[in-house]
Amino acid sequence: MKTRRDFIKISAVGTGAVTLGLSTVKLAKASEPGSIFGKKAKNQVAYERFPTYCEVCFWKCAGWTYKDEDGKILKIVGNEEDPHCNGRLCPRGTGGIGMYYDEDRLKKPLIRVGEPGNQSFREASWDEALDLVAKNLNKIKKEHGPECVALFSHGTGGKMLSHLIKAFGSPNITAPSFAQCRGPREVAFAATFGEEVLSPERTDIRDTKCLVLIGSHIGENMHNGQIQEMSEAIDNGATIITVDPRFSTAASHSKFWLPIKPATDIALLMAWIHVIINEELYDKEYIDKYAYGLDQLKTHVKNMTPEWAFGITTIEPDTIRETAREMAAASPAVIVHPGRHVTWYGDDTQRSRAIAILNALLGSWGRRGGFFNPEAVHLPKYPSPAYPKPQKSWKDAFPGQYNLVHEVLTTGICDATIPNPDLGCHLKSWIVYGTNLLASLPDQKKTLEAIENLEFMVVIDTMPMDITGYADVILPECTYLERYDGIRSSPHREPNIALRMPAAEPKYDSRPNYWIAKELGKRLGLEEYFKWNTFEEKLDWQLKKVGSSLEEMKILGVKKMPREYNDLYSLNGEDYEFNTNTGKIELYSTELANEGFDPLPKYTPHPEPPQGFYRLNYGRAPMHTFSRTANNANLTALKKENSVWVNPRVAKLWDLKNGQYVWLKNQDGVVSSFPIKVRVTERIRWDSVYMVHGFGHKEKRLSRAYGKGASDSELVTHVMTDPIMGGTGMRGNFVTFILNDPKKEVAS
Amino acid sequence: MKEELIVSGRMNPGIDPYLHIWHWQIPLYLFLGGLAAGILFFTALYYILGKEKELPTAVKWANFIAPAALVIGLFALFLDLKHKLFFWQLYTTIRLSSPMSWGAWTLMLITPLAFIWSASYLRELVPKWDWKLKILYDFEALVIKYRKPLAWAIIFLSIILGIYTGILLSAFNARPLWNTSLLGPLFLTSGLSTGAAVIMWMSKDHAERALFSKIDLILITAELFFIIHLFMGFLASTQVQINAAELFLGGEFTVTFWVFVIILGLVFPGILEILELRGYKVPVAVPAILILFGGLMFRFIMVEAGQITRYLY
Amino acid sequence: MRYAMAIDTKKCVGCGDCVVACQTENNVPIGYCRDWVVENVAGTYPQLEVEIRSERCNHCENSPCVRCCPTGASHIVEGGVVLVEHNKCIGCGACIESCPYDARYSHPDGYVDKCTFCLHRVQKGQDPACVSVCPTNCMYFGDLDNPNSDVSKMLATRKYKVLAPEAGTNPQIYYLT
Ligand SMILES: Nc1nc2c(c(=O)[nH]1)N[C@H]1C(S)=C(S)[C@@H](COP(=O)(O)OP(=O)(O)OC[C@H]3O[C@@H](n4cnc5c(=O)[nH]c(N)nc54)[C@H](O)[C@@H]3O)O[C@H]1N2
Ligand SMILES: Nc1nc2c(c(=O)[nH]1)N[C@H]1C(S)=C(S)[C@@H](COP(=O)(O)OP(=O)(O)OC[C@H]3O[C@@H](n4cnc5c(=O)[nH]c(N)nc54)[C@H](O)[C@@H]3O)O[C@H]1N2
Ligand code: SF4
Ligand code: SF4
Ligand code: SF4
Ligand code: SF4
Ligand code: SF4
Ligand SMILES: [Mo]
Repeated sequence: MKTRRDFIKISAVGTGAVTLGLSTVKLAKASEPGSIFGKKAKNQVAYERFPTYCEVCFWKCAGWTYKDEDGKILKIVGNEEDPHCNGRLCPRGTGGIGMYYDEDRLKKPLIRVGEPGNQSFREASWDEALDLVAKNLNKIKKEHGPECVALFSHGTGGKMLSHLIKAFGSPNITAPSFAQCRGPREVAFAATFGEEVLSPERTDIRDTKCLVLIGSHIGENMHNGQIQEMSEAIDNGATIITVDPRFSTAASHSKFWLPIKPATDIALLMAWIHVIINEELYDKEYIDKYAYGLDQLKTHVKNMTPEWAFGITTIEPDTIRETAREMAAASPAVIVHPGRHVTWYGDDTQRSRAIAILNALLGSWGRRGGFFNPEAVHLPKYPSPAYPKPQKSWKDAFPGQYNLVHEVLTTGICDATIPNPDLGCHLKSWIVYGTNLLASLPDQKKTLEAIENLEFMVVIDTMPMDITGYADVILPECTYLERYDGIRSSPHREPNIALRMPAAEPKYDSRPNYWIAKELGKRLGLEEYFKWNTFEEKLDWQLKKVGSSLEEMKILGVKKMPREYNDLYSLNGEDYEFNTNTGKIELYSTELANEGFDPLPKYTPHPEPPQGFYRLNYGRAPMHTFSRTANNANLTALKKENSVWVNPRVAKLWDLKNGQYVWLKNQDGVVSSFPIKVRVTERIRWDSVYMVHGFGHKEKRLSRAYGKGASDSELVTHVMTDPIMGGTGMRGNFVTFILNDPKKEVAS
Repeated sequence: MKEELIVSGRMNPGIDPYLHIWHWQIPLYLFLGGLAAGILFFTALYYILGKEKELPTAVKWANFIAPAALVIGLFALFLDLKHKLFFWQLYTTIRLSSPMSWGAWTLMLITPLAFIWSASYLRELVPKWDWKLKILYDFEALVIKYRKPLAWAIIFLSIILGIYTGILLSAFNARPLWNTSLLGPLFLTSGLSTGAAVIMWMSKDHAERALFSKIDLILITAELFFIIHLFMGFLASTQVQINAAELFLGGEFTVTFWVFVIILGLVFPGILEILELRGYKVPVAVPAILILFGGLMFRFIMVEAGQITRYLY
Repeated sequence: MRYAMAIDTKKCVGCGDCVVACQTENNVPIGYCRDWVVENVAGTYPQLEVEIRSERCNHCENSPCVRCCPTGASHIVEGGVVLVEHNKCIGCGACIESCPYDARYSHPDGYVDKCTFCLHRVQKGQDPACVSVCPTNCMYFGDLDNPNSDVSKMLATRKYKVLAPEAGTNPQIYYLT
């Protein structure tokens, strides 16, 4: 069934059937596993509240969903006990109800019908859709082996599907949160300290005296705990130093803003290291006791003076010295923030290494006001048989490469899907859960090429997104407000767990991920792996193992547990063996040296925009999460489209007016599908433009998001791959303006 | 560069990018209110002065316009209300600090009086008119008997109405363009001038026409004087008021204001009236229509432009 | 008693959470808002300043909106809170015209609506919804007559300003600068 896979707009579905489907769903609901409405109390109070944790981004704040007497969901409010949010959700979490109420949601399972030239989706029953998925997966398993199925998953619910796919026999489970996001910093920090930064980040911003942000645009990046703690730090008089070519919101709240030339951060970081070593500002005791490689580092940075860095970064040498001293004065209560989305220029692991080294010199790792040592509650796994051992994996496509990588690269899966005689390619089928790959992966052409080569693709989503249009089968999941999910157990100062339970029945004919996983498991002959009858039973079993219960968690929502070890700040002179080759903090990385990479970070120049082009810079808007909120009515009310930030000098050159719409064209000739509004502002440099990621949706069924703003993802066609860990550097793209509709130009 | 933007969106309809809460209804209402006040004022004044015979149009005939103007004006006001079913709430309280409130009350009182006044002359205008009911004939007789106190009541209420249509806007300090005490007298004068124009237009009597031409000329001069002072005041005031004045001095209302209100609505009819007084033959309808048109335009422009001016952003 | 709010422009990041929280707390229809966020940029790259302010009705001490209301629908209650009684409002728009802050809007149901300082919460001893949600904790609410209230303490220790003081309304939202 190797048909050319075209994007199908789901709007092709007959609407009459949708309404019909609706009424039947309601009847079928009573036996729904996990439904809390079977035994609804008669004398309801005016408000009911149900514990949940937020799924609008990956910070996962715990909160309460409030309902009124009529069962209408009114609002979501943070849980006071939750260390992720301290009772305050961010705008996206508060606006999470918009996800539930979105009338454009996926409503029924959809199956692709592909007569040539007339492709569309038709509605199907869950039984039919699941049977079809199982039939195809089994066929691929039989013909090519279970490893030929890959799961892309982002978000909580993906865990159940991971479990299913591992049981099925494939190790190819991936998320964009590694190769497009945190990957470089995790590899770099692991190489330096033997441990990763993790999520939520272990940064002790609350108690810091000096916070250094390398690009991290906290305040626009609305990861809740961080912004709250940054605010607390401001109250406490902490110094904030922001390095950003753009005048970010964080920069506007900082004592120092270093308007760095893009792509030159390594030079600045190395110059800081130079100053700190040269002026002997580093934490000598700490370095003596814990670190390896100071001498090599000293020699390495000898010539990396502020004057040298000035020529590269355009930051004044005096400023470099002053800020280095400011950091040292605050040491060890100083954080040079590792950032989170750090896949910028392909040398990102090295930049993150420079950040790690700087933190080490300042003695901030394992110290109050620096990086704390988080602890999580260890929830035992619900009993199920051992997973089968896979015979092959995506990595076969990359012999000898990425040895330091312990996660799966999304882009690696794409490569391993596209047939290539030189590579051990084998992937035939994808399951995509909660990730809009066309917006999250760079180089759309490659993603599409991989998709074209698939035999079968399933997408499990809540919304008709750009990615769903390419699926063979679409399974509609209910939103987080309508379902149970796994217990949230995240590393923090205090170990804690949080419960998500449904506040309402799933709307339409949508179902929760665990139900989908279990039903698929049944059909794939994997019942053994899903021995629980209801999900409540599974959760209760797990909770009882850690001294709580489902009943208790329904009342508390969040439960904090005592730490097992008293080592929140563990490096105040205590002996400690780091999980590195030398057992020390590796200023000089033996691991990288072994793999043939630079053991100490070096600055390498990156290309600059050609004449008439501007570097494409992108980031977050506080009220949106990527593409997932673009159709959320509560949030589009605040911001319905992105704009392209243009410096007034550039605007003058191009005669651009505030509010005018333009198209963007990148260095490879790719033109944005939709026009984008110009914002003339001094907040951006004259060699760059800036836009918020997540807009420019092509799926017409997104009635609020369709065609609103432009997509940065489309324009990121040039990818600078990090040789160490395969991260996709996305900030090496350049765009120019097209003032008139390019489609009309072609026509005339 | 200075940049100011509402980043969360403020999509409340009619608020941004500039206020547009009052549409055509309010300026029309103000115009008709001013017009009616003007006519009623002259009616009552000349009745009290005993000029029923010399100035029949002023005292008797023009007055038939007034109740109609008031009713249409009130209807326009009603159309402007967004919570119409609660209209009656206007008459559950008198709020002296609210021009809207005493406007509503004044209209409530003056409209029936205007009707009664005209009704008492109806049989003079339409001799064949039959009231049908005896009680109505009795009532007519009563009114005719008490025309004098009625005229006093009307003169009093018409002044309030005239001032009210003027100060309704100037009570809104929030709009820099309206935030001037000159607006009250200016609108009052303009209202009187439109009233005079109607009388002049309707009058068949040369002396009466000449009198109202003269009155109108005085009012036009006063208006021009107020307008000059208005702008001088703005330009000597705060930045927001300078900005307000600039809407008319090079800004988007420059042409409409100077051409339609000042030249066509005041100066040109003024000249025509002078010419007529000097004995040139000028069709009286022309200056009258121009004055009415100018008065209407003036209110439309002031309401529109005033809403554009603001303190913030 | 005199309720007031102080908002720290040094901490506000313009996230708009105050707007969303107000919407869900007070059932403000989508497409309307009782509060909003303004960003001010001054200077030339790289000598720049940004001020971000969350704005709403100022519950003015000298409130033109109350004065001009013909029905008394706009009125002042405990703590100087300016409210609109929906069933008294005729939707004449006078109060909207009279507010220098454009803090009012015409509700699709006809009446005029605006920030209530979340009196229904305040009476229960809670903070207004926007204050209680703000992730940067940059809003302080309380009674100015009580020197120990959050808002009094902030105003006693910090520099502040109000918006459009020249409009003469004596606004009660203070911006810490
Ligand atoms: N509201 C909201 N918050 C979010 C998310 C969201 O979708 N919405 N997503 C979350 C996720 S998953 C992540 S990974 C994080 C990402 O958030 P961050 O980790 O903060 O992402 P960055 O890419 O570091 O931040 C973008 C900033 O980098 C600056 N920048 C661009 N080029 C350079 C350069 O060459 N040098 C320097 N120093 N700076 C540069 C940009 O100007 C911009 O201000 O945000 C999280 N928080
Ligand atoms: N150009 C560009 N690319 C980027 C980035 C960038 O800034 N610019 N950022 C990168 C970063 S840091 C990251 S972390 C990734 C994020 O990448 P993704 O996680 O893929 O982010 P989204 O685009 O928001 O996709 C989320 C998808 O999940 C669906 N969804 C939401 N809730 C649920 C649910 O409950 N169940 C199911 N089944 N589906 C749900 C949404 O409808 C949407 O289709 O993107 C990366 N890619
Ligand atoms: S940071 Fe915001 S969107 Fe993310 S989980 Fe928390 S409340 Fe939800
Ligand atoms: S919620 Fe707080 S930080 Fe966000 S815009 Fe409102 S006041 Fe500012
Ligand atoms: S801000 Fe506006 S609506 Fe609020 S009290 Fe002041 S004038 Fe009235
Ligand atoms: S719109 Fe309502 S609240 Fe406002 S002035 Fe008119 S009646 Fe009063
Ligand atoms: S105080 Fe209440 S009503 Fe006023 S803006 Fe805040 S949340 Fe909205
Ligand atoms: Mo991310």
